[in-house]
Amino acid sequence: MSEGTLYDKVWEKHKVTELPNGQDQLFVGLHLVHEVTSPQAFAMLSERDLDVAFPDRTYATTDHVAPTEADKRDRPLPDGEAEEMLSALERNTADNGITFFGFESGKQGITHVVAPELGLSQPGMTVACGDSHTATHGAFGSIGVGIGTSQIRDVLATGCIAADKQNVRRINVEGSLGEGVYAKDIILKIIQDLGVDGGVGHVYEYGGSAIEALDMEGRLAVCNMSIEGGARAGYINPDETTYEYLRGREYVPEGDAFEERKAYWESIASDEDAEYDDVVTIDADGIDPLVTWGINPGQVIEIGEAIPDPESFESRTDREAAEKALEHMDTEPGQSMLGYDVDVAFLGTCTNGRVSDFEEAAKVLAGNTIDEGVRALAVPGSETVRKECERRGLDQTFINAGFQWRRAGCSMCLAMNDDALEGDEVCASSSNRNFVGRQGSKDGRTVLMSPAMVAAAAVEGEVADARKYLDDDRSGTAGGVEEVAD
Amino acid sequence: MSDDQHITDVSGTGVPIPGDDVDTDQILPARFMKEVTFDNMADYLFYDVRRDEGGAFNDHPLNRFDGASIAVVNSNFGCGSSREHAPQAMMRWGVDGIVGESYAEIFRDNCKSLGIPAATADHETVTELQSWIEDTPDGEIEIDVESETVTYGDRTIDVEIDDAMQEALTEGIWDTTALMYSNMSKVEATVDGIPYVESDD
Repeated sequence: MSEGTLYDKVWEKHKVTELPNGQDQLFVGLHLVHEVTSPQAFAMLSERDLDVAFPDRTYATTDHVAPTEADKRDRPLPDGEAEEMLSALERNTADNGITFFGFESGKQGITHVVAPELGLSQPGMTVACGDSHTATHGAFGSIGVGIGTSQIRDVLATGCIAADKQNVRRINVEGSLGEGVYAKDIILKIIQDLGVDGGVGHVYEYGGSAIEALDMEGRLAVCNMSIEGGARAGYINPDETTYEYLRGREYVPEGDAFEERKAYWESIASDEDAEYDDVVTIDADGIDPLVTWGINPGQVIEIGEAIPDPESFESRTDREAAEKALEHMDTEPGQSMLGYDVDVAFLGTCTNGRVSDFEEAAKVLAGNTIDEGVRALAVPGSETVRKECERRGLDQTFINAGFQWRRAGCSMCLAMNDDALEGDEVCASSSNRNFVGRQGSKDGRTVLMSPAMVAAAAVEGEVADARKYLDDDRSGTAGGVEEVAD
Repeated sequence: MSDDQHITDVSGTGVPIPGDDVDTDQILPARFMKEVTFDNMADYLFYDVRRDEGGAFNDHPLNRFDGASIAVVNSNFGCGSSREHAPQAMMRWGVDGIVGESYAEIFRDNCKSLGIPAATADHETVTELQSWIEDTPDGEIEIDVESETVTYGDRTIDVEIDDAMQEALTEGIWDTTALMYSNMSKVEATVDGIPYVESDD
């Protein structure tokens, strides 16, 4: 078993007791709530006549069903089901004294974008939310876990979850990233190497030079997709990058209280001589941008690389998955994804819906217009992100290029609002899941990639290498792109 | 705890749900989660893959093995989204227990919360059971949670059930709210030792 890791320390700090079934009762320091997975839990609570135990540690916002078109956000919402869910959340949070960031608060957005930017997510916390992407908060050096609705009931009623301690896998990502290669590419590479179920039974501790060099938004993107690698949680030890990001944010203490809190943050980082259940090293030096070619987030290739032959996989599972992927995506082994026709470009989500994501995409879009056959959505991860982008004038770059500039929400990541693929449309997407049907159409096809690559795909109407649009000093390596594209 | 919380065995006919990495978006497509209760979830179970282009039921196993209680699945079943809607839909459709090669962890946790035993066995064992169901649709399958065995036809095979799940089911303590609520004084003591909680008050 691991020893002296951040995971061990945070676990011990939050462990209440061992339960009779051998699991630990773990205190949850930050409980994030949204409209889709919580109403049933609040109902279970009132059936049992229980109160919310720690309303001050609980924060809510609306994201999954939130309309992203400005004129569809007036109440009541045009979609009756969405209105019912939103009303239920408003009622439940008001009745229980829980802070709710609704549309009118100006802070609404995706839980995993809102909590970090407000300074709610901090190092050394346990974070739970009825959403698998709660791993995101691990970017601060916290343990973030996605939970089901019955567990939401547990957290509401007791402030705790019943949990099994996992093994800790240290993933050292070494090397430096070139222009046009991002945190998103790192996590896609990790999932490619370790597999979509490689993390089962583990939490991932990400470290190494490539991780340490990332800013907080990049770290959030990496930790976000831990679950796509099968890991229950993923985290990065806090450092000066973390502390400086947190300083001055709304829910972060100031002055002496900040220094006091920082001492705690520093104390929970993994020890130099920490013991891990296993250690993996990933070479990310000079990797090319990555895209998915299939229907799970481990089916990844570097742009320009050939789609693998199913026969090339050693395991039966991978071979069968590859065959299904080729059929669904309508591709052939040996082809590259370059030139794969794209109908929709979707930029946003809890993976890549932050200011730097829009900034990078805007670099590609500046002075360009999107292909006339492409429907392109830019959906900020939160209203705070939207306003900051607008303050910087980024919205104009998107609008001038032909993108629709939307309000905050989960949007086409899972299509619970009006934003959905139709028929067998292909979506170049900065989201996290390329599962069949994920984006709202059972025949829809998703190609996961970084925000800059989404922008390039929008411009060309096909999967393209974003690096040719970026100021770079690596023309020597990127120069062959046009030829590769045939 | 009342006796009906104790789940020592579950039985019934089977339904094979073949495929690795079956994600919760397939089990319960997101567009059907826009309801504030789980009441109707059975109607949406595997909604897209159970229907042909015209919307009629196709030959998906769930359509052919109506009334089954034991689902038999392959590896990494229930990966992706944490939505409890997925196992809720299976339970409300009639699934009382699952045998599979492996499960995504949140899915398995959700099964535990609902009192659904999720047993594991190796690939050969699972695929044999799946083909047995195809050949013997009316055959009874029993998952014995205590002895960690599955009995079907004239065979009894060993399976594994995660220790915490086995203990929770057989001891009737899978509803963790009541269990953890009884420890609230200990929770307060733990909270006292957590720096960020105190100073926020």
